[in-house]
Amino acid sequence: MSVVAVRKRKIVFTPYFLLIPAVAILALAMGYPLVWQLVTSTEKFGLAQQFGQPPVFVGLGNYIALASDPYMWTVIGRSLLFCFAAAALTMVIGVLVALLMRAVNRVVRVILQISMLLAWAMPVVAAMTVWNWLFDWRRGVVNWVLSALGLPFQNHNWLQDPLSFYLVALIIVVWMSVPFVAFSIFAGLTQVSGEVLEAAQMDGATPRQRFFHIIVPIIRPVLSIVLLLQVIWDLRVFTQIRLLQDAGSIASETNLLGTYIYQLGTGSGDFGTASAVSIFVLLLTIAISAFYVRSLLKEDES
Amino acid sequence: MSGLDTRAASRRATRPATVILAIIGIAVALVWIFPVYWMVNSAFLPNVVLQSQTPTFVPLGGSFTNFATVIGGGTFLPALGMSLAIAVIVVACCLLFAFLAALAISRFRFRGRKGFVLAILFIQMLPAEGLFIAQYKLMASVNLLNTVLGVSIIYIAAVVPFTIWMLRGFVAGIPAELEEAAMVDGLSRTQAFLRITFPLLAPGLVASGVYAFLQSWNEFTVALVVLQDNSAETLPLWLRGFIQASQSHAIDWGQVMAASTLVALPVIIFFLFVQGRMTSGLVSGAVKG
Repeated sequence: MSVVAVRKRKIVFTPYFLLIPAVAILALAMGYPLVWQLVTSTEKFGLAQQFGQPPVFVGLGNYIALASDPYMWTVIGRSLLFCFAAAALTMVIGVLVALLMRAVNRVVRVILQISMLLAWAMPVVAAMTVWNWLFDWRRGVVNWVLSALGLPFQNHNWLQDPLSFYLVALIIVVWMSVPFVAFSIFAGLTQVSGEVLEAAQMDGATPRQRFFHIIVPIIRPVLSIVLLLQVIWDLRVFTQIRLLQDAGSIASETNLLGTYIYQLGTGSGDFGTASAVSIFVLLLTIAISAFYVRSLLKEDES
Repeated sequence: MSGLDTRAASRRATRPATVILAIIGIAVALVWIFPVYWMVNSAFLPNVVLQSQTPTFVPLGGSFTNFATVIGGGTFLPALGMSLAIAVIVVACCLLFAFLAALAISRFRFRGRKGFVLAILFIQMLPAEGLFIAQYKLMASVNLLNTVLGVSIIYIAAVVPFTIWMLRGFVAGIPAELEEAAMVDGLSRTQAFLRITFPLLAPGLVASGVYAFLQSWNEFTVALVVLQDNSAETLPLWLRGFIQASQSHAIDWGQVMAASTLVALPVIIFFLFVQGRMTSGLVSGAVKG
């Protein structure tokens, strides 16, 4: 009794002490850059400032310049388009694979799960070297297969044309993201009882009706969270695009938001504009994340 | 349970349907594993074979030569050292910081607790792409560009929020009464913690530690910005060098694939350990049980 009582009285400051290291590192490596970025986004901060000139306050000047720059809108449009295409494709394929995992017998299911796990485990950069090799224009296996099928793909360079560049990027991103979606939804599917489905089947429900009227409502929470995560992740896609650009394409024609910031900041040294774009990306992410965070918080309260 | 039900149902269904589904299942599995297989396959083949008109699909007569060349190449070992040093710092600091914070938010009710939880959940979602320009300037201003310490600080901050979130569940799962009972039995606070709570927490610490390792080992974006000097490369940056080289001249893909295999191997092994926990951590609340 006395132990508990003493502890209760002492409690007041302990949690704050425990939080110090985590808060300190977050304030240093996230908080400070965030504030710096907010300030810099209202300044003219280019190459001259790099060499010591004081930055000039321009208010919302950088934001206004960006909003009236057609290239910025092109990049935003591309990013949204790419994000929606990748997220939609990933979700559809992921759900189908999850249903497939449930439908096949045990041996096939294990084979399917092992192959998904291995693809999921691949480090992004290692996966990118492999995909670059698969799509290599000289000796890539993709061109070989297409040529063998009689199509004119010998020595075809996939990365030169922006459209086929995005197609390759889309294939890679979807390949990387499907396993997470498939496993999450497969876990959600365990809540759908086979008896209910069988009863519905006996009552004459078609497979399509069983899917949309029984399975989807039950797994809706997983579906929405996984979709949200995909949208957030695909909106910020950077590594895949940057590494495909490295392999040979014109950056300005294939930039998405992430690579555009990189080019502005480390390429041209225009930190004011780069900061403004960064703030835009952060606001966008926070807005979309709000739903996700809310659903996680519900769990914390329970 | 439901698996058994469906199987019973499918046995009653027509056999052709079962066979077709199995074929589709195998086909999908092959598509997803192919790039991984292709990496390993090419890693064992000499460049002469890889440069021939028709691809070789099975590495018969292959050798470890590519691996030996890559490891002996002089740039692999420094990059490995850099990646390992960063990973050790990130894992150690993340576990310590996250454990303390998880203890605070799951064992105490205090003013600001909810705000803190909200903050880490949002910070965890912030994209590196939205912050790396400012983080680059920060590291430049304190002369930590191209250093292990500089990258590690940014990585810890990026990984610690999710680690706190993961550990919080584990700490909350251990009833405080266990510790209190041990203290009533005469153990000191520290003893009670070390003998009762800590062993129960070990699986959580392992899972979080592996998560932190994977994040720091695979990270590319921040490394690209903060480590611009060739003498301070992590493994992902080192691999990127091969992709860049492939643009200007034909490169030895066998060696690149051997290099990629070396980078991927520890990741794949560790990943298989924590996969289940990571999935449930990310979508927890949506899937019960």
